[in-house]
Amino acid sequence: MNPHRRSLFILVATVLVYTFLYAPIVGLILYSFNSSRTNVTFEGFIPSFSGRVVMEGSLVKSSPCGPFHWYCDLAKNADVLEAAGNTLTIAFIATIVSTIIGTMAALALQRYEFKIKPFTQLSLYIPIVIPEIVMGIGILTLFSQFFGWFNGLLGLTGDARLSMGIVTVTISHIAFMVPFVTLVVQARLQGFDKAYEEAAMDLGANEWITFRRVTFPMILPGVLSGALLAFTLSLDDFVITFFTNGPGSTTLPIYVYGLLRRIITPQVNALSTVWILIVFLVVLLLQWLQSREAKPQH
Amino acid sequence: MNEFAVELRDVVKKFITPEGNELNAVDHVDMQIRNGEFFSMLGSSGCGKTTSLRMIAGFEWPTEGEVYIEGKLMGHTPPFQRKVNTVFQSYALFQHMSVYQNVAFGLEMEGAHRDEIKKRVMRALEMVQLTGMENRRPKQLSGGQQQRVALARALVKTPDVLLLDEPLGALDLKLRKEMQLELKALQQQLGITFIYVTHDQEEALTMSDRIAVMSRGKVMQMGTPVEIYERPRNRFVAEFIGESNFLEGQIKSLSANEASVFIPALNAEVTGTPASEGLVNGEQVFVSIRPEKIHLTEHSERLNTFEGEIASTVYIGSNTHVVVHIGDVRLKVWEQNRISRLEPSSFYTNGQKVDLMLMPENTLVLKKD
Ligand SMILES: Nc1ncnc2c1ncn2[C@@H]1O[C@H](COP(=O)(O)OP(=O)(O)O)[C@@H](O)[C@H]1O
Ligand SMILES: [Mg+2]
Repeated sequence: MNPHRRSLFILVATVLVYTFLYAPIVGLILYSFNSSRTNVTFEGFIPSFSGRVVMEGSLVKSSPCGPFHWYCDLAKNADVLEAAGNTLTIAFIATIVSTIIGTMAALALQRYEFKIKPFTQLSLYIPIVIPEIVMGIGILTLFSQFFGWFNGLLGLTGDARLSMGIVTVTISHIAFMVPFVTLVVQARLQGFDKAYEEAAMDLGANEWITFRRVTFPMILPGVLSGALLAFTLSLDDFVITFFTNGPGSTTLPIYVYGLLRRIITPQVNALSTVWILIVFLVVLLLQWLQSREAKPQH
Repeated sequence: MNEFAVELRDVVKKFITPEGNELNAVDHVDMQIRNGEFFSMLGSSGCGKTTSLRMIAGFEWPTEGEVYIEGKLMGHTPPFQRKVNTVFQSYALFQHMSVYQNVAFGLEMEGAHRDEIKKRVMRALEMVQLTGMENRRPKQLSGGQQQRVALARALVKTPDVLLLDEPLGALDLKLRKEMQLELKALQQQLGITFIYVTHDQEEALTMSDRIAVMSRGKVMQMGTPVEIYERPRNRFVAEFIGESNFLEGQIKSLSANEASVFIPALNAEVTGTPASEGLVNGEQVFVSIRPEKIHLTEHSERLNTFEGEIASTVYIGSNTHVVVHIGDVRLKVWEQNRISRLEPSSFYTNGQKVDLMLMPENTLVLKKD
């Protein structure tokens, strides 16, 4: 290929990749400012501010929030706020727990030799490779079996019965996030020289202080990457949450899915935009944290 | 104070190799390291030096035998409860801490007061000439400077014994020579016992009070540099340290300080000094003689003198390396160029007949195994 044609190829490839990656997102954000309530086509921005919402057919003519009408609408939607609260609660708890368990697993796999180690390592990939829907059904079966059994045994009835809810969603999220965290931290530990830990002990630090002052700060960037991955996985998980949630534990993806089956107003787009913004900020924050950290040692 | 800073008694360390075989990385080693001594373990890669050091530091436990530090049995005492400190081959400086924090780490672990820590860290950094570098990260230092931080970090703890695992291995030759002198001076000034691991014989000879020459997990000989070089006890040591000529033969007569060995290749008897322990009359042995200790003369009637023929000469400045044939026997001979001549090899020409004299005190009789 001559250089001219090669650069043309690169240009086309770049445009295509960016179009398919980002055009949907840009469109989604644009439509969150749509004046059309049905949101089928873009009918322009909401033109003006006014004391109250003025509609003309399905078009919003003016609103107290102007172009940000759907965002204000969103903020008044108690269901959305509850779903957002649930999503964040689940994500935070599941991230913290799975990061701790995942990191400990990675450390154990790195430093100890045991008979079933190859099996343990392999078992990490199973939750990642099997279809999420299979895992969702599996977890659902497990919980209902377990709950039925338990409720029967303790003779629980009515509201006292154990049932699906925010706890089961959180436990399921932890279960499928742990392998991701372990693999990310393991990758970080690959180049970790155990001489650092030996040096700390040589200087008088016991095992715990060695971990706190030397090992942990050195693997922190890896742990943070694992935690971030876990957090984003939890935030947008649909399938497993779908099978394990119950009354009062609706998360944002489940809520949006519910909305889609009824009417799609630009409120959904506004919600998605806020969501994207939050994830984007978290990623930026983490990148900044990592660039301040000491670079990995080999 | 105990006479010995560190003692290894019949220590064995077994490892399982990746192939599943059992390996004696350290094989029945006895060592007594005296207080205030500069002691080196010398041997080629894989002979068990690092493993021995790690058992003293407490990173490994002996499979058999015992380690004593200052007369106390160590058993499974963890590293953080042993009064020894290590300078690691890779330095192992904490990358997320400044130079100051690195050096202060060990004192913090002792629970020292902040002012006390500051005073001692600054003194340690001054000792290794790193004043003004406190706030740098290890990454921002040269190899030689990192090496000094590792040294300061260990020395600031004022250990009874400092363990150094090839500490100069990563430095270039010039810096290495400088650091050798500095380390030796530091050791004498502080009076701390140094246990120094190296595969560099010159380094071991110049720095050490005593050396343990190791091979395949065993100590082949332990002694002062002079003893090791001048009276190697076996062929391994004679070959590993410096160079030697070896001749095979059989002991014909033996007394405490003289042995007569018949050398079939020379069809003659050579008088030498018994150097190995437990030599017996009639035993098959090696006779070992260093190239610089053979005298070439025009003609001589003295003991242990053989007629040979110059096979090759190489001029290398201070010396001329000569190969002499006596029948089928080839001997390396190094002649010092004591007189300045423009044709230094003119004294010896290939094919020239010379007499070689092997002085009995230079001619060592060594056991065959
Ligand atoms: N943890 C280990 N597992 C298995 N074999 C080891 C281990 N550590 C060292 N060895 C083996 O023990 C022998 C001695 O190693 P080492 O003490 O590091 O030698 P040196 O420091 O003299 O080069 C080598 O053959 C090495 O491969
Ligand atoms: Mg070594």
